Amino acid sequence: MLEKTFFLLCLSSALGNELCTPDASDGYKVRLSINTALGDEAYPWNANEMFLFRASLAFAMRNHIAGQIFEVSNIVVCDETPRVSFWFVVTSPLNPSELVNKGNVEEAVRKSRNRINSAFLLSDNTLEFVGIPAILAAPVNPDTPPWLIVFGVVMGLVFAGIIAVLVLSVVQKKRKKSGKMDDEDTEVEIRPKAMENGDGVYNLSFTDDEPITQM
Amino acid sequence: MKLKLPNPGLDDRIPSHEDLERMEKEETEGSDRPKWDNKAQYLLTCVGFCVGLGNVWRFPYLCQSHGGGAFMIPFLILLVLEGIPLLHLEFAIGQRLRKGSVGVWRSINPHLTGIGVASLLVSLLVGMYYNTIMAWIMWYLFNSFQNPLPWSQCPLNANRTGVVEECARSSTVDYFWYRETLNTSTAIDESGGLQWWIVLSLVAAWSLLYVCCIRGIETSGKAVYVTSTLPYLVLTIFLIRGLTLKGSFEGIKFLFTPDVNELMNPATWLDAGAQVFYSFSLAFGGLISFSSYNSVHNNCEQDAVLISLINGCTSVYAATVIYSIIGFRAMQNFDDCIGDNVLQLLNTFNYPEDSITGSNYEEVLTHLNQTQPLVIAGLPLQTCDMQVFLSQGVEGTGLAFIVFTEAIIKMPISPLWAVLFFVMLFCLGLSTMFGNIEGVVVPLQDLGVLPRSWPKEVFCGLTCLGSLLLGLIFAQRSGNYWLALFDSFAGSIPLLVIGLCEMVSVVYIYGIDRFNKDIEFMIGHKPNIFWQVTWRFISPLIMVVILVFYVVTQVTQSPTYLVWDEAAESFPTLEARSFPSWIYTIIFILAGIPCLSIPGVALYKFIQRKCCKQEDYSDKTVDSISATVAMSEKIKF
Repeated sequence: MLEKTFFLLCLSSALGNELCTPDASDGYKVRLSINTALGDEAYPWNANEMFLFRASLAFAMRNHIAGQIFEVSNIVVCDETPRVSFWFVVTSPLNPSELVNKGNVEEAVRKSRNRINSAFLLSDNTLEFVGIPAILAAPVNPDTPPWLIVFGVVMGLVFAGIIAVLVLSVVQKKRKKSGKMDDEDTEVEIRPKAMENGDGVYNLSFTDDEPITQM
Repeated sequence: MKLKLPNPGLDDRIPSHEDLERMEKEETEGSDRPKWDNKAQYLLTCVGFCVGLGNVWRFPYLCQSHGGGAFMIPFLILLVLEGIPLLHLEFAIGQRLRKGSVGVWRSINPHLTGIGVASLLVSLLVGMYYNTIMAWIMWYLFNSFQNPLPWSQCPLNANRTGVVEECARSSTVDYFWYRETLNTSTAIDESGGLQWWIVLSLVAAWSLLYVCCIRGIETSGKAVYVTSTLPYLVLTIFLIRGLTLKGSFEGIKFLFTPDVNELMNPATWLDAGAQVFYSFSLAFGGLISFSSYNSVHNNCEQDAVLISLINGCTSVYAATVIYSIIGFRAMQNFDDCIGDNVLQLLNTFNYPEDSITGSNYEEVLTHLNQTQPLVIAGLPLQTCDMQVFLSQGVEGTGLAFIVFTEAIIKMPISPLWAVLFFVMLFCLGLSTMFGNIEGVVVPLQDLGVLPRSWPKEVFCGLTCLGSLLLGLIFAQRSGNYWLALFDSFAGSIPLLVIGLCEMVSVVYIYGIDRFNKDIEFMIGHKPNIFWQVTWRFISPLIMVVILVFYVVTQVTQSPTYLVWDEAAESFPTLEARSFPSWIYTIIFILAGIPCLSIPGVALYKFIQRKCCKQEDYSDKTVDSISATVAMSEKIKF
């Protein structure tokens, strides 16, 4: 029994190895740029990381094709390079010698892209699936453009300023006018005061008749 | 050489020295004529008028393209021989005759009123397009209050797989400027309708200007405390920030590396002369007006020298700051370029990630070129040249709205730097606009076109409203091209002609002897030999030379303008296109009418005098006892 399973596993992996070649029609090239993304905190790429990759891809396939139980062994990897790039193909759990079609793999990866990225602390740019473009996040468009808000604030201040200055100038003019009126009133009062002080007769020839006679 | 043209009746038209002393005493007791609150306000207003956008985005480019540090030599020489004498002349004549530009020239000789009218027209035309640039600055300022900045991203195309093609082929900042701000068309005759967001920005710019200028120097004099000093503060902040960025010293080195051979090139001297002339905002009439609000014994000689020095130093300081930031941007672009090439090599040959860096890129490339030349030839590797990045589009609106905005998005905390930068540009432009408005409103009042009883607020309002409505030309899709047209023709030749006429009028029609005596009366000593020589010969000669060369260059070149055309081969570089034939009428209106108004008004006044033989009573007073002996209402017995 044990020998049979062992034989089947070897067979499947051997078959898988034959199925996975660079430029395979149903395969994808993956490229990781860990140093670019993480700098000092970069982890080394080793067999354990590769295992995680295969597991996350199996997870993606399970999510996409309901019913079929994909295992880590269904994800076959080959042509690893020091760049950290490799090719992978996905074999069907029902028939290990058959590859899952490219379109399905692409859909699966697209759906779970975020999860795969976060497993590796990478992003769409640094964990590249060559041939699967990421759906770009649309730039945030708020309902009122922010510039209109700032414009409204500035215009409000400017109009308040204009009205304030215009009102001030009108008030100032009124004050000037009433100020001049006050000066004339005080002058008119000077003359009657001279009369009240004494018992004199008001002599018209000495009155200051400038205001009456206008040149 | 004491050439003086006959000028009868001059003494009747201008206040005598005794009149000036009397007016000086009356003004200290308070009168209707506006005056400066203090000397600092006057100096800040003049500095603000002179220091404008040109100091930030024209001078650094000229400096770098005409031999770097060596450009300082022609610039300083022409500053001393051309700028300072003209500035002193305008200050002195304004302070002496105590009127705005139309009033001054009318007082010297009624036939010269045309110079004032020309100044008015030029101030109006230049103000129209200058405030449009302010509107663009305000648009960018309004858009700086968000993170990420809108010019750091391209919008996505319809099926969200990539970015819009126009943006992908050029850059995010180019796209934001040409498409989302200007929405530019491909030719000047394709008007394309008004862009509502630009109209709103124009309204904002003109109303903000109105609120600052509403009562002339009473209000603008308060505003200049902020608008004239803030730019220096922001420049210093940018300098400190810039010097801490990688690549800034390369930029400064690029700016100041002297190339002494450029001094042999006459274009260098012409550009230096033109820059000095335009930088001082001469011939607009605003400086004469500002100077007329001074007290009679203000030392205008000292002011002229001081303001010239400040203007020159500001140009150099601004150039340093701008180029430190440009150096940073160039270094970033260079690193990105190298980084792209490195990535391509890594991906093609599957080398481990850190095996190729910027420093060993060249060696690796040569090695690979020898071992696998065919593969290398097939790769789209770009040539990364620091010099190319440093000399990209670094003057005019291109500097502010494309190059600098790109540098800003590469800095951390971009919105802060964007807000600071555009506030600085706005203040620089606003303080220049104060002088422009002064150069329009005061002559309008003096000419008597509208009833004199109308308050200044109304004159200012009408000017702003009229300029706003006419300035809607620039809010069209082709507005950018119209602005370039106005800039080349309305703001160049007429100013040179007016400046030349001003000099000739003061020296030869007003009389240099009388002028010397006036200055001696005002500041206490006669102007020395330097002023005599420059006023009589050197400055007019320099201006004639610049004017002649300018006209010759304009006439010999077939005029073209640069368009942003997606279909053009050279995209994203701007393509040169020639003007349609009806543009020549517009050019004639812009450049010709202000220049022709000088002889035109002279002729009109001449005909008026000869045929109507009316004498102007408005300036003469009736000599009577009651006028000379003040009859007081307060005679106390």
